Amino acid sequence: MKRHLISAADLSRGDALLILDTTEELARIADRPIKKLPTLRGRTVVNLFFEDSTRTRISFEAAAKRLSADVINFSAKGSSVAKGESLKDTALTLEAMGADAVVIRHSASGAAHRLSGWVQGSVVNAGDGTHEHPTQALLDAFTIRHRLKGSQGSQGSGLDGLRVTIVGDVLHSRVARSNVLLLSTLGAEVTLTAPPTLLPLAVDTWPCSVSYDLDSELPKSDVVMMLRVQQERMSAAYFPSVREYRRRYGLDATRMARLPDHAIVMHPGPMNRGVEIAAEVADSPRSTIVEQVANGVTTRMAVLYLLLGGTEFPAVTS
Amino acid sequence: MCAASHPVARRDGLAVLDAEEIRRALTRIAHEILERTHGGDGVVLLGIPTRGVPLARRLAAQIGEFERLEVPCGSLDVTMHRDDLRLHPARALGRTELPPAGVDGKTVVLVDDVLYSGRTVRAALDALNDLGRPRAVQLAVLVDRGHRELPIRADYVGKNLPTSQRELVHVLLTEVDAQDAVVISDTGGAA
Amino acid sequence: MSTASADRTSWLIRGAEVAGPGSRRVADLLLAGGTITAIDTGLSGAGAHVVDAAGLIALPGLVDLHTHLREPGREDAETVETGTRAAALGGYTAVHAMANTEPVADTAGVVEQVWRLGQAAGYCDVQPVGAVTVGLAGTSLAELGTMADSAARVRVFSDDGRCVADPLLMRRALEYVKAFDGVIAQHAQDPRLTEDAQLNEGEISGRLGLAGWPAVAEEAIIARDCLLAAHVGSTLHVCHVSTAGSVEIIRWAKSKGWPVTAEVTPHHLLLTDELAVGYDPVFKVNPPLRTAADVAELRRALADGTIDCVATDHAPHPVEAKETEWSQAAFGMIGLETALRVVQQAMVDTGLLDWAGVADRMSVRPARIGRLTGHGAPIAVGGPANLTLYDPAAPAETVSQVGASKSRNTPFAGMPMPGRVVATFLRGTPTVLDGKLA
Repeated sequence: MKRHLISAADLSRGDALLILDTTEELARIADRPIKKLPTLRGRTVVNLFFEDSTRTRISFEAAAKRLSADVINFSAKGSSVAKGESLKDTALTLEAMGADAVVIRHSASGAAHRLSGWVQGSVVNAGDGTHEHPTQALLDAFTIRHRLKGSQGSQGSGLDGLRVTIVGDVLHSRVARSNVLLLSTLGAEVTLTAPPTLLPLAVDTWPCSVSYDLDSELPKSDVVMMLRVQQERMSAAYFPSVREYRRRYGLDATRMARLPDHAIVMHPGPMNRGVEIAAEVADSPRSTIVEQVANGVTTRMAVLYLLLGGTEFPAVTS
Repeated sequence: MCAASHPVARRDGLAVLDAEEIRRALTRIAHEILERTHGGDGVVLLGIPTRGVPLARRLAAQIGEFERLEVPCGSLDVTMHRDDLRLHPARALGRTELPPAGVDGKTVVLVDDVLYSGRTVRAALDALNDLGRPRAVQLAVLVDRGHRELPIRADYVGKNLPTSQRELVHVLLTEVDAQDAVVISDTGGAA
Repeated sequence: MSTASADRTSWLIRGAEVAGPGSRRVADLLLAGGTITAIDTGLSGAGAHVVDAAGLIALPGLVDLHTHLREPGREDAETVETGTRAAALGGYTAVHAMANTEPVADTAGVVEQVWRLGQAAGYCDVQPVGAVTVGLAGTSLAELGTMADSAARVRVFSDDGRCVADPLLMRRALEYVKAFDGVIAQHAQDPRLTEDAQLNEGEISGRLGLAGWPAVAEEAIIARDCLLAAHVGSTLHVCHVSTAGSVEIIRWAKSKGWPVTAEVTPHHLLLTDELAVGYDPVFKVNPPLRTAADVAELRRALADGTIDCVATDHAPHPVEAKETEWSQAAFGMIGLETALRVVQQAMVDTGLLDWAGVADRMSVRPARIGRLTGHGAPIAVGGPANLTLYDPAAPAETVSQVGASKSRNTPFAGMPMPGRVVATFLRGTPTVLDGKLA
């Protein structure tokens, strides 16, 4: 019985398609005058955000509210946690408040796992350290399917045969980990492109290919997903300078022109304009960055509905 | 890939309507709709997934034949408005697709295969409420099997079928099941 | 129970299988006046307490080269009293107490304090280990000579917890201890390669998003230190070897005749980094759990003597230090009470080592490496009556979290494990009888 969404590896192909198809239906609600559904009325969803992330928190909050759930926001700054309260004690407090679901973002890998051992409700991982961010991968997969297959053609279909190139600091990226798992579950061919220092040592055991050369990957890609690169990595000797990183792995207008006509450019945000992605690329029609945000709300509505709407996440055969 | 949460009626149960009877019932309903809505003025047919949708399309096609009138047709999924969600695992959603002109000021005829407790229709009325403000709402069903739990009644009924609560009524339609029939089977106790 | 009165009564141990070099023999042992006075069949001990040891293995009292007793400073996790109780229950008659206490054991004052606490508790002999550098800071040598001359008679020096990373300082330390037959025990971990490391660098760490602790960070230091020890002609002991690569380097150093010894922990003989997938910090330890291939090589090395001994690295931590996110949790596992059972499961039941070998690796060699007198002598008439009676046929029982140690961080909790320590004798006086503290 699936009670939590902690890793993209928790989802079979059938589970992932169910979530995407549900998202497709819920996306139509955005066009209605009343954007609300009564489905989670009486349920309490707690946003437990130990890391600052206004954008993701608002996305989950909007998703829960559109399903009429009660939302409680807990942010670590200025709270008991800042005074040294442990994750376990925070969890027990939430239990006492009767949370049906806890959406957790934390700087430590594995925090969502640990939390799931201490609460009765469902745990949704909104990003734990450098481990995973499964709802990001789901909204990315939905965006890819919606853009490249249209809304009519996508019901029930996966991403089979689509070639996705993920570029950037894979080593420290929870978005990359979740996407590699989910996109390959859905049948896509994933290639990771990065300097060797920013790839995990055992990446050859992951369900994807690896390339050090961005230019050779571009003409074959249906999707290019850019990851944020943090400047602090430079001082830890992951790459010599921002200039060299941009030169070798940045997506500028010239590189964008090498993409096939139908190809799209994605970024989970927040972007470093001028580092991994040039402004003109981010603002071009190929870019899905803005719709990724909108799709984030509907995807999270689908996840919350499937986890909390009934007694449990439906058993899917496949 | 629908989540199955009810016992499935055995297809080898007793057939109480065959394809020909279904066709006649739908024809009669189509005529009745035209009568009671002044020739189909402002009518929108919304089928409730799954099988209400092909039924609504068939009715629209019939009306189109008799009257050369194109009746707008769509679907209205009620899953998110059901009152029994907490009793089963979450269900997959059906498609909600309104015709381009919408439902405001229209006479919406909800179409479903079986009318039983009335809860599905109640959910449909709630769902409809969030989509707009129809002038009137009517209900057309192929089979009314009784045992209402809410004050809900159908305006158009294909066949009244008294049943016991131990029985399951299954409507089969070519668009979904490769045949047309209405079948009753006994669950042997499990309702 | 002070050690001075240890030889008040005599004990007759009947029908034990004495584990020694050569063939195994079943015999009776008479302990009196702190020594083994007779080993033969059909002994009668007038006035002696009798212990029926049929089916039990008699081992020389176990000696642990690597224990953290946490006192002074971290008594919330363990004290000398509670730690030595756990040791006795594990069959140990002597433990080396590591220096990373608060304050650090880098002066005669602190090591003598720890030594006295051990004597007062009386459950087993506590041999303090002195720090190599002041405050474990790795910048200047501690007063190694003074600690050696103190009442605690320190011979083993270690900054364990930290690596003596500065090659020049390591060279000096190795040279300096030659004057009093000391040995430097190195915790091999290059600090720059393991900044904020959480777990063995490999497939699991990549999948879990935890910073990796690469094997090379251990192996590179060991290689350097073996060369240094050979160069200056001093002895090196390598703490908690954890990788197959480290084994290979030690084997090479020994093949050159260089004076290098090495230890392995029980948990590194049994557990792998696969256990980290649930993010339970009870499996977080330094050096980290490695792969199955490493475990297999460590077992082979212990069997053929490339690794000289088993040392527990018993590292107690209070509950709140382990009941948290992985990256916040403390490193370390307790292990005194389960050590012999783990060694039985990993080495004896797999046919890699016999009980004579266990006696050698868990008592004889550790005592020799630690330059510890009065312990680690093979069981013989006239030898000190430090004995452990062990039942290898005891039905497998699941390991409990709760034991004599103050702390609960055992990675074996819930695992069924064979064997049971039945009795431990310290200079002829039982500290443990029938599996309970005497």
